[in-house]
Amino acid sequence: MKRTFKGGVHPLREIHEGKRFTEDCAVRPLVPGQVTIPVGMHIGAPSAPCVKKGDVVRLGQVIAEPVGGLGLPVHASVSGTVVAVEERQQLRAKPELCITIENDMLDDWVELTPVGEVETVDPAAIIPAVRAAGICGMGGAAFPTHVKMTVPEGKRADIVILNGAECEPYLTADYRNMLEHPDRIVDGLRLILRATGVSRGVIAIEDNKPEAIAAMEKAVEGRTGCEVMALRTKYPQGGEKQLIEVVTGRQVPRGQLPIEAGALVFNVSTARAIAEAVTEGRPLIERITTVAGCVKEPGNLLVRVGTPFQEVVDACGGLADGAKKAFAGGPMTGLCAPDLSVSVAKNNNGVILFDEAQAKALEEGPCIRCGRCVGVCPMRLMPYEMKFDVERGNLERAKARGLMDCVLCGACAYICPARRHLTAAFKTAREELAAKARR
Amino acid sequence: MQFSVSNAPHVHQKDSTASLMLDVLTALMPCVIAGVWLFGWQALRVTLLSVVFCVGLELLWQKLGKKPIRINDLSAAVTGVILALNLPSTAPWWMIFVGSAVAILLVKQMFGGLGCNFMNPALAARAVLLASWPTFMTATNTASAYPLPFDTVTSATVLTEGSTFSATTIDLLVGRIPGTIGEVCKVAILLGLLYLLLRRTITWHIPVVMIGSFMLFAWAFGLDPVAGVLSGGVLFGAVFMATDYVTSPMTPLGQCVYAAGAGLIVALIRAFGGYPEGVTYAILLMNIATPLIDRAIRPRIYGEVKSRA
Repeated sequence: MKRTFKGGVHPLREIHEGKRFTEDCAVRPLVPGQVTIPVGMHIGAPSAPCVKKGDVVRLGQVIAEPVGGLGLPVHASVSGTVVAVEERQQLRAKPELCITIENDMLDDWVELTPVGEVETVDPAAIIPAVRAAGICGMGGAAFPTHVKMTVPEGKRADIVILNGAECEPYLTADYRNMLEHPDRIVDGLRLILRATGVSRGVIAIEDNKPEAIAAMEKAVEGRTGCEVMALRTKYPQGGEKQLIEVVTGRQVPRGQLPIEAGALVFNVSTARAIAEAVTEGRPLIERITTVAGCVKEPGNLLVRVGTPFQEVVDACGGLADGAKKAFAGGPMTGLCAPDLSVSVAKNNNGVILFDEAQAKALEEGPCIRCGRCVGVCPMRLMPYEMKFDVERGNLERAKARGLMDCVLCGACAYICPARRHLTAAFKTAREELAAKARR
Repeated sequence: MQFSVSNAPHVHQKDSTASLMLDVLTALMPCVIAGVWLFGWQALRVTLLSVVFCVGLELLWQKLGKKPIRINDLSAAVTGVILALNLPSTAPWWMIFVGSAVAILLVKQMFGGLGCNFMNPALAARAVLLASWPTFMTATNTASAYPLPFDTVTSATVLTEGSTFSATTIDLLVGRIPGTIGEVCKVAILLGLLYLLLRRTITWHIPVVMIGSFMLFAWAFGLDPVAGVLSGGVLFGAVFMATDYVTSPMTPLGQCVYAAGAGLIVALIRAFGGYPEGVTYAILLMNIATPLIDRAIRPRIYGEVKSRA
């Protein structure tokens, strides 16, 4: 079995991928005073709010209804009073509709109805329960999980992969989840296998997390069809397409979905959320988030969805001196927060702060054609060439050269000695193309 | 509190254009030192003049053209040193100046500056000088700190036909032979190669394949492959000039094709051509072929496979 893919980079290898700062910090809960929950946290149409200012809501109550095929409900992550339903600046370019709830600190739960036990629940009841719990991919992409679990007519999957690679530097949220809740993650995997009728489930973990590998190996003992696979540590090992190639030896055909390679991929934290949704009837109202970098006490927090970054930072001792940049997610793909008012969303696995030196913008120089971007591209594209196409406004040629195949992992921009803004240019070009398609 | 906002990725590896160029400069130092040891202070004069002219002309071009000043990326300095090492230690100052102008102005800046030139600037300059002042270019200097076992001034290199010059393998390795400042001392070149490989500034593909290809074809054409590598400029060319990022292919396979072609052309010129030496033209020809190689040899994009039946 191949244990790695072709290309890739080793960001921050000299400091153990930046994970030492938080990997030994046990998860601790954070109870926020107020949450601001965006209704459009998942990929797909934003949900429609079904509460208004002044309403009193209970913990776990649906506050926004799903819209469209990729729709998901949104649940109150605290009990208390709705104080605003309005547009707020989040991580996207434009302000988004959010529901703000003042926490009454009572954690007054709605009645939770378990759907069944892991091995006995009706397989047909699993996917509806996952949708009702509002679960979307918690590793970053936020794709609605129930849609992913629904194998289309005529297609067949023969493997489910749980992504425990956590290849982004600094992040240790999935790692702590695997250490602290390995049985629930395997429960989630079993539920996915039963719901999809697939017989083999592989939990893939990078080999810089030996303790997580050991914990998961223990947890899969005696569980039907479940196994653990250790992968070599290299970014972006946790990219869906890279993971499928490494685990199955198959590639997802260009422009198609993973199911075409017979594989379904879910994040380990998503699997745990699935287990809780089915056996406890619990909606997705909180997640583990790594807080690291320029804060006084870095750690892993159990954060309610919608908690403002400010409260997250305060729970970690506040900002350390010189904090200059904040982003949600890891340093390779994370989205910058303009200030600390933005909220932790369902897919937000990290809140990382950088100081002035780390945040320093690097000046873009001319391409020296060293070929390093070509060597590291996990999709085997020629990024330097696509950048020239994009700069000349020739998006069609960029597309022919693989602009839509680019996974925006950032490896090319990371390695570029001329500090060319490669990934950023591809992202902008893709958004332009998408905007054109909508018109 | 307002934060600075930028696109991902938020971390970068440490190598920059300037640091890579500094690596190349460092790797060239053994050749410069060997040049001074073998040919005397004249070699240092040529090197310094060449660097000053190259960097100065680039600065002048960028100032007059109101372009961003980029001499700090050290690429002009690298061109300067490589050009100097391609010249005999007797090169007069005006010839160095013409060479620098061809390299920096004509070949590099007129095509858009760093990264846009389609030929190696130093090599193109050498080709122009070789065609314009062949006697100056093949002359070597006697004023050496180390007594050279040959009569020089207007005499020829080892490769010249009818040369009565004979040297031992040791002479060839340390460079006690006529030639340009940088090409003669093979030990110094190999030290530079080792440094570049250890620093991962370049990969093994181009130097190894080019030398391998040259030896194979030299043998096939009835030349002595070992003596061929140890004399003339093929080793210096394979290590320092064929490996120029800008004018060599982007993929390892493309680099192998390019290097194999360069090795073949050197062997062809040496075996059948009118010139005693062919490294300059071999690399320049493959520089010109580089865009074609890059168009033809591309990595297969992930997922470019038939859907599972």
